[in-house]
Amino acid sequence: MSATIQTIFDKSQDGRKGIALPPLDVEVDAKIDSAFLREKKARLPQVSEFDVVRHFTNLSNKNMSIDKNFYPLGSCTMKYNPKIAERVANQDGYLNLHPHVITNNFNADVQGSLETIDMLEKSLCEVTGMSAFTTTPQAGAHGEMLGVMMIDKYHKSKGEKRKYIIVPDSSHGTNPATASMVGYEVITIKSDENGAIDFEAFKEKMSHDVAAVMLTVPNTLGMYNKRIKDLCEVAHAYDALMYYDGANMNAIMGVARPGDIGFDVIHINVHKTFATPHGGGGPGSGPVGVNDKLKPFLPDLGIKKEGDLYEFTKGGENSIGKISPFFGNYGISLRAITYMTVLGSDGMKDASSKAVLNANYLRVRLKDYFDVPFGGMCMHECVLSAKTLAKKGVSAMDIAKYLLDFGLHSPTVYFPLIVKEAIMIEPTETENKETIDYFCDTMINAVKLADENPEEFQHYPKTLGVCRPDDTRAIKELDVKFHSQ
Amino acid sequence: MTYTPHTDEQVKQMLDVIGLEKESDLFSSVPSELQVHGIDLPKGLDEFSTFEKFKTLAAKNVTNKTIFMGGGYYDHIVPSAVDALAGRSEFYTSYTPYQAEASQGTLQVLYEYQSMICELSGMDVSNASMYDGASALAESALMAVRISRKRNKILIDGGINPTYIKVVETYLSFRDIEFEIIDVENFKTNRQAVLDKIDESVAGYLFQNPNFFGTMDDFTAIIEKLHEHKALAVISAYPISLGLLKDPGSMGADIFCADGQCLGNYMNFGGPSFGMIATKEKYIRDLPGRIIGRTLDKDQNEIFVLTMQAREQHIRRHRATSNICSNQNLIAVRSTIFMSLLGEEGLENMAKLCFSKATYLKEELSKLDGIEVLNKDDSFNEFVISTPLNSDDLLLKLRDKGFYAGINLTNIDEKLTNKVLVSVTEKRTKEQMDALIAAIGEVL
Repeated sequence: MSATIQTIFDKSQDGRKGIALPPLDVEVDAKIDSAFLREKKARLPQVSEFDVVRHFTNLSNKNMSIDKNFYPLGSCTMKYNPKIAERVANQDGYLNLHPHVITNNFNADVQGSLETIDMLEKSLCEVTGMSAFTTTPQAGAHGEMLGVMMIDKYHKSKGEKRKYIIVPDSSHGTNPATASMVGYEVITIKSDENGAIDFEAFKEKMSHDVAAVMLTVPNTLGMYNKRIKDLCEVAHAYDALMYYDGANMNAIMGVARPGDIGFDVIHINVHKTFATPHGGGGPGSGPVGVNDKLKPFLPDLGIKKEGDLYEFTKGGENSIGKISPFFGNYGISLRAITYMTVLGSDGMKDASSKAVLNANYLRVRLKDYFDVPFGGMCMHECVLSAKTLAKKGVSAMDIAKYLLDFGLHSPTVYFPLIVKEAIMIEPTETENKETIDYFCDTMINAVKLADENPEEFQHYPKTLGVCRPDDTRAIKELDVKFHSQ
Repeated sequence: MTYTPHTDEQVKQMLDVIGLEKESDLFSSVPSELQVHGIDLPKGLDEFSTFEKFKTLAAKNVTNKTIFMGGGYYDHIVPSAVDALAGRSEFYTSYTPYQAEASQGTLQVLYEYQSMICELSGMDVSNASMYDGASALAESALMAVRISRKRNKILIDGGINPTYIKVVETYLSFRDIEFEIIDVENFKTNRQAVLDKIDESVAGYLFQNPNFFGTMDDFTAIIEKLHEHKALAVISAYPISLGLLKDPGSMGADIFCADGQCLGNYMNFGGPSFGMIATKEKYIRDLPGRIIGRTLDKDQNEIFVLTMQAREQHIRRHRATSNICSNQNLIAVRSTIFMSLLGEEGLENMAKLCFSKATYLKEELSKLDGIEVLNKDDSFNEFVISTPLNSDDLLLKLRDKGFYAGINLTNIDEKLTNKVLVSVTEKRTKEQMDALIAAIGEVL
């Protein structure tokens, strides 16, 4: 048996139309120079509107999603995305606002949106303890890049060009990739037996050539580093700056603030902590917060209030410049401030508390069935390992694929890289106990199956119509676009 | 309002299982001297009060003007089917398709997206989207430097959207990549000046067609010279124009990038939009971002997957082609739906409508005393006019009469005194254009 896929191109029929455009209501007689014209049409599919609706509706059914499934991808914070945020953001007053209105200095016409940006920046300052925020980065990694650029400018403003950025071996891949993208070399520090950055190794590597240290807190093992303040002090003694990767902010809202601890710069992934939809992989928004040290380096554009009017501001003389033409993914930032408004101070603290409760409950329920690389309490996510199961021939990926047949999206597997056969589970606060119990029961059933019939795992998932892609073939026989037969 | 479903009884049960007495014990690993007690923000609101608050704020934005502003963001049609389909939560509440079997919907849409971008651009391979047109151009410049191996210089045509140029400058300056901006002449690429700058030190030349001022051009001679010197041609284009204008692939361009807002998306005060990058097959390993491929599963069924992942940060870490992780997936999904509705004929017709309506407005504006259209003969759907009045005053008065008549170029480049960039899309009617002309007549 083998099934071929019908793409929208396969459904095309010459001459079929899917749209009626507004009429041509002017008479003109102008031609474009033939040297500028294309010779061959762009062969977009010719389908009806209903063909399009049925095709994409059917495709949507082939996705697992938060609204349909428990989706415990570690490090991704797949919490419920409240519908109110969509309703707010889909109002005409926000959707149809042209950004160049501010180029013409018609600030009076965009007061509502400037105010929402200001609200978000101020709220994020309060949650994180930083003194200023910018919403221009369009994703977490974009925010990281901005953060490291500001760090670079900070050192340059003191007449220094430093060479290295320190990251722990448990970090997200974006941290070292960002450091390289901004022209730095990476020093990787190993984790100690508790999963924390090795403090002695850290001290040893620290020097005046180190521009910054990028840390995820809690780290990607779901652990809070008790010596976090000491790390900041060591780095600051060398005037190296402390970068806080806020990917895991969902664990500590209203509990601890990076700014108070001594971090100089932080990015937030609003699609994680502040419940904006993940959209199948984006758009996100990655606001960056700084303390007073880095304020002069903030990017173009910013916001200020003069009297009763909000205005946009251009970056100052030390600004790193622009990383986005205007205010980044404004529509996503708007959803984030809507969510923060609904939750409020009490709701945010409650969210973090229940996220940690769910993760620890899940951890305790599963700890006797899987390897636990680092023991003790976790924060909002827990990392297990399928190391023992792997000896029976059942890998972390096999467990991941098994879960899919039970209506459960897989946890993150094989990350963090420092844990063999890692299974990284982040239940989030919006899941109820019944769902978490069902997940744990299914995980325990998987362990039983591994004892009884490990070969069986190769057949999972059985219910999704496809099973186990040949990734090597995908690269060797590269097929990345439709070819008409 | 919170969205946590826990009953008091369940919290107690769960704490019992964990072996804790009270909820605050959950944070025992956070040193007590670092703990704060609460957040100094208002308490949560119910949904209905929240909506009222943001409805009131939305009403402080003005969206009832007739828009003749473009500059990279366009007031195009957004068909109902785009909102309806992309508004399905199966699309918007899923995540990056790491588990292929659980993500065939998103993966197939992105494969179709890549196919459509290749059709539009005439290029061999496309990634699955970038943040926006500006960052796509910046990443294209980095890609050109990477492909050239040892070269470290980028030429930037002055006809590129100035906000994009600023973003490119930021990306390049932190990498110590040299760049030079070559000013336009009469809103058109200064071809001789560009040709004179091309030599063995240049990794790539970035240009835009139609350029920021709306001017169309033929870049054949420049691309030939670039290739003679093994430098890359990087074009940023306006996707709608590709319904009519020469595709970058046929021009011989090496990297194509663009902003996708115009393809079925709202202006959203500047974002989210998405960026495109497509290139020749031989450069696929240097592409940043996600790429979707079609392969077979273990039972020989066709299946879509993330592929060529060895370029990316989650595998390659500091040796990745870029640090990009999130794409602008949902917006790319919207545009795939939009392009499916348009079809090949719809795209061409949309381009014709934009061009024809802009032509009408150009001709009528030229009849006004004092107004001159400065790139009348070779502009697509945007063009530059000069005004005898201070352009700030003119635009403000027209605003008060109900029009965003264009972008004040003086505020972008002070040398462009009293120049305005006017844009026309298929949405503008003859009635609206006649009303604009009458309003300008009154103001002058």
